[in-house]
Amino acid sequence: MTNLATILLFADEPSNTPTLGDSPFFWLPRAGSTTVQHVDPLFNYLMWTSAISLVLLMALMGFFVAKYRAKSRHEKPQGSTDHHTGLELIWSIVPLPVMLAMFAWGFQGFVALRTTPKDAYEIHVTGQKWKWLFDYPNGYTDDVLHVPVGQKVRVIMTSVDVVHSFGLPGFRTKEDVVPGRYTELWFEPTVAGEFPVFCDQYCGTGHSAMITKAIAHSQADFDKWLVDAGNKMDSMPPEQLGEKMYNQQGCAACHSLDGTPKTGPSWKGLFDKMETMSDGTVVKADENYIKQSMMEPQSQIVKGFPPAMPTFKGKLSDKKIAGIIAFIKAQK
Amino acid sequence: MASTTTTADVAPPGAHGADDNYLTHEKGIASWLLTLDHKRIGIMYFCCVISAFALGGFFALMIRTELWAPGRTIVDADTYNQLFTLHGAVMVFLVIVPGIPAALGNFVLPLHLGAKDVAFPKLNLMSWYMWITGALFLISSLIVSAADTGWTFYTPYSTTTPTAVIPALAGVFVLGFSSIFTGLNFIVTIHKMRAPGLTWFRLPLFVWGLYSTAIMQVLATPVLGITLLMLIVERAFGIGIFDPALGGDPVLFQHFFWFYSHPAVYIMVVPAFGVISEIIPVFSRKRLFGYSFIALSSVAIAILSFLVWGHHMFVSGQSVLAGSIFSAITFLIAIPTAIKVLNWISTMYKGSIHLDTPMLYALMFLWVFTIGGLTGLFLSTMSTDVHLHDTYFVVAHFHYVMMGGAITAFFGGLHYWWPKMWGRMYNETTGRWGALAVFIGLNLTFFPQFIMGSRGMPRRYYNYIPEFQPFHQASTIGAFILGMGFLVTTVSLIRSLLKKPDAPQNPWGANTLEWTIPSPPAYYNFDKIPHVVEGPYEYADWEYDDKIGGYVRKGHQEAT
Amino acid sequence: MTDATAEAVHGHSGGHGHQDPIHAANPFLAHHFDTPRQQFEAGKFGIWLFLVTEILFFSGLFCAYTIYRTLDPDVFEWGHYFLDTKLGAVNTSVLILSSLTAAWAVRNAQLQQHRALIINIVITLLCASTFMVVKYTEYSHKFHAGLLPGKYFQPTEEAWEMPSYEKKNGPPPEGFLDGKPEGIEKAEKLITRGHPYKFDPPPHAARFFGIYFCMTGLHGIHVLVGMGIWIWMLVKGVKRQFGPNYFGPVDYAALYWHLVDLIWIYLFPLLYLID
Repeated sequence: MTNLATILLFADEPSNTPTLGDSPFFWLPRAGSTTVQHVDPLFNYLMWTSAISLVLLMALMGFFVAKYRAKSRHEKPQGSTDHHTGLELIWSIVPLPVMLAMFAWGFQGFVALRTTPKDAYEIHVTGQKWKWLFDYPNGYTDDVLHVPVGQKVRVIMTSVDVVHSFGLPGFRTKEDVVPGRYTELWFEPTVAGEFPVFCDQYCGTGHSAMITKAIAHSQADFDKWLVDAGNKMDSMPPEQLGEKMYNQQGCAACHSLDGTPKTGPSWKGLFDKMETMSDGTVVKADENYIKQSMMEPQSQIVKGFPPAMPTFKGKLSDKKIAGIIAFIKAQK
Repeated sequence: MASTTTTADVAPPGAHGADDNYLTHEKGIASWLLTLDHKRIGIMYFCCVISAFALGGFFALMIRTELWAPGRTIVDADTYNQLFTLHGAVMVFLVIVPGIPAALGNFVLPLHLGAKDVAFPKLNLMSWYMWITGALFLISSLIVSAADTGWTFYTPYSTTTPTAVIPALAGVFVLGFSSIFTGLNFIVTIHKMRAPGLTWFRLPLFVWGLYSTAIMQVLATPVLGITLLMLIVERAFGIGIFDPALGGDPVLFQHFFWFYSHPAVYIMVVPAFGVISEIIPVFSRKRLFGYSFIALSSVAIAILSFLVWGHHMFVSGQSVLAGSIFSAITFLIAIPTAIKVLNWISTMYKGSIHLDTPMLYALMFLWVFTIGGLTGLFLSTMSTDVHLHDTYFVVAHFHYVMMGGAITAFFGGLHYWWPKMWGRMYNETTGRWGALAVFIGLNLTFFPQFIMGSRGMPRRYYNYIPEFQPFHQASTIGAFILGMGFLVTTVSLIRSLLKKPDAPQNPWGANTLEWTIPSPPAYYNFDKIPHVVEGPYEYADWEYDDKIGGYVRKGHQEAT
Repeated sequence: MTDATAEAVHGHSGGHGHQDPIHAANPFLAHHFDTPRQQFEAGKFGIWLFLVTEILFFSGLFCAYTIYRTLDPDVFEWGHYFLDTKLGAVNTSVLILSSLTAAWAVRNAQLQQHRALIINIVITLLCASTFMVVKYTEYSHKFHAGLLPGKYFQPTEEAWEMPSYEKKNGPPPEGFLDGKPEGIEKAEKLITRGHPYKFDPPPHAARFFGIYFCMTGLHGIHVLVGMGIWIWMLVKGVKRQFGPNYFGPVDYAALYWHLVDLIWIYLFPLLYLID
């Protein structure tokens, strides 16, 4: 598995590599959603409070070191104060309201981040090693997140394998994507443009390649894009649809097209080949075999490969399956 | 803290040479491997911990080199994942957790208490062997196919990855029990083995630190043990507790894991507080400011540390109510921590400050720990944590606390007790240069990571978008400076073993009991049971003697 | 500082051969303790702390048990019929008896009643062995019946013939186990009346046996360790080492043994007596 991440990130789909873009703030990336108001002012408040506290404390320490530095080993200290109840009570009690204020502000923001509005537009997100898939209400699936500006968007997420985390630094929100349950988050994009999407929870070899873009369009552009994308998918020739699925569904992570075995067998010359299974049986790689491999991958493992493939049962329409088979056929 | 009165003869009659000490008392490898002497066990722990530190540091430099440029630099993605897993596991379980308590604590604690040994010397030796066993398991996974789960072993990744996770888990399991037995030993020792007159509030604060740590070790580590055991069984038999494919709950693992691992953070840093509380008054020649506040704030931290594990899970789908409780309690912990920093700084007020190497490490600790603590506020605040969670901001924060807090305190303590351990003075100049390089390297390595993190750079990334590259490069340069600093320090310390001068009995003018006996101490520590009549930070009676290069108590002559 | 330091260096033999009056009178007083009382109290405190860690260690499993029993009560209801309450009760009683003899042994050690001490330790060991033999029988039944944790969970027909399962549900209809159509038909009629005579365990049924084997297995290991400790105590007892100044080891062993007993007293109802 030579440098899979680089291949995924830079070779196959350069268009999916996001950029941070220029930000007016030094500390925080360019912002593009209403949720920013719950994070940025508080971040700046904490930053300045911390910076001032640090400077004051360190200045005091530096001052004491400079002023009271001993000139010889025989020098005695000038004072012997070892407690000052008033002072100690002050610095035990004064931080309390400051801390409570920080907590309350953070709590308020957190509640806002986690309370999804009722009238939100829903997009389903599936995390899998090492790919994000976004399902739109019209049945169209994409590996780039498209969202309309000025519309509240609710993202419902689940994972097919391990824990991932759906992070949108530009929108200042994030939530773990956990297999076997649904988690959700919401945001309302405020400006058109491109923002990075990261996987923030470690998920293996391609963790750092599990990145894509969130593209915010104006509402009109978004509607048009969605209709076009849906139509384009429907009218695509099977082989081309298969190629799209190959990249979109994450097949490319494990199956090469050039004959190199990766986590799974290469697709080059695969069709109609006689494959030896791990239990010793020999099977012909025909349509049925390929379909069964996608639906029940653990039922037939090719000898010499780990049982690593996730099932695609219920995730692909018949048309898409036919497309993938056509694409495999074409890899001579 | 000791008085001049003695209550009983400890030393049996019989004569031997003046150069008889715990290092020379018995000879041969067996006399070390089978020793029950807490000082020798401390030294053995120290050698092992330092070796593990070098190994973990090597992994760190590999990681930083790989991150010099996006894409592949020296290793592939899988190797990179194994490297950061090993770096984390080695540094946490083999270095920082046992570092101060088991290495320095073992050597110093009975001396601090005026005792002959810890309460259970055999158990102490067994803990060391368990450390060795755990380390072998952990490192054996490296030979087969090193685990690539991260040191947190999150399910279901850890139950499905093909790498050798079970040896790593077994290693950590055994190391956990090593840590439990050390903690148990220390609690009993502190309760039952104090010298006459050594009341709780006359204890050196290092003892308070070790005591708070031991409570956490004893109460939190068993939960880690059973969690790892369940994970091993889950991986071997698929019992469906943590694996969602079998109906289990992966988030349950996170709860169990952090129930240990958050107290573990304090297991790592509270003994560091103790070391700093020893160093600062000695080198300021002044009683520690606010003794009881510092002592009790350690205990407060120990108790609160059990109630905050959920702040690691603000984005795991945990309920808002649960999250808010964990967040609020986390803020409470900030208060005793702030009290400590202010007390340490106040101790220097009107002192007579000597900038010897241990004090440089203590000042460095104040700088890095304050940054580490303040950035913790960003992460305990729920809404900002959502943005910063699992980014380099978190990486920078805990390295400022763990590396900057625990490791600098460990090296400070090491320089402070080095003359007592070996009876040799190190070269002050090389010691200071080492400390300076560590300070610069540390900040250069980790400060840029705050910036990357707040801009969104996720942690554990093999590859990154090119806009982060300048920060990664600064961090990599910093890591090599840091490595150089530790190299200089190590060379300086090893050189001191080969060369004179011999250390005086009390080079720093400290008033805790270990400085009232020769350097290095005799096999039985104290010839007469000390009778304690004053607190640990009374320096008025100690005067510097230029002839011997150390301090002597007024009116007493040190024999030469 | 002790002013004695300087001159004290010469007054020090260092070896283990040194004898002050207290240590001379007490051969089992370790060199770093001043009095037998200090040694005993340190040991007692230590063993109590150790028991705390043991409780916390088991608490993780109890926690998992609670969570999954709440989530899938029917799995536990279904699973517990495969455990033999009679055997569980036998094990509970032998452990309680052994706790009594363990406590008695402590008294014997204090009073230097060497013969009684040996008898009590031997009874404790016999009880522990009985426990392990019963455990072995239970485990081997489950191994044969395929009632194993996780992915090894593959129940065979033998599962129906387990005594407690039959007691609850009556024997399976004639011919059912051989797969004869009329047997299956009869069984299906029983199923509609609520008798679970079809091999159709509830989802995640394997988890019951996962938790069962984890809990009882870990407890069994503790019993084995305890037996090792009692054998060691027996050796010391035969050598007549115990007395009013040195009975700590027996006391600590008994405390540990009580905890092992106590954990079983929780495990028995939680696993065997679900209804």
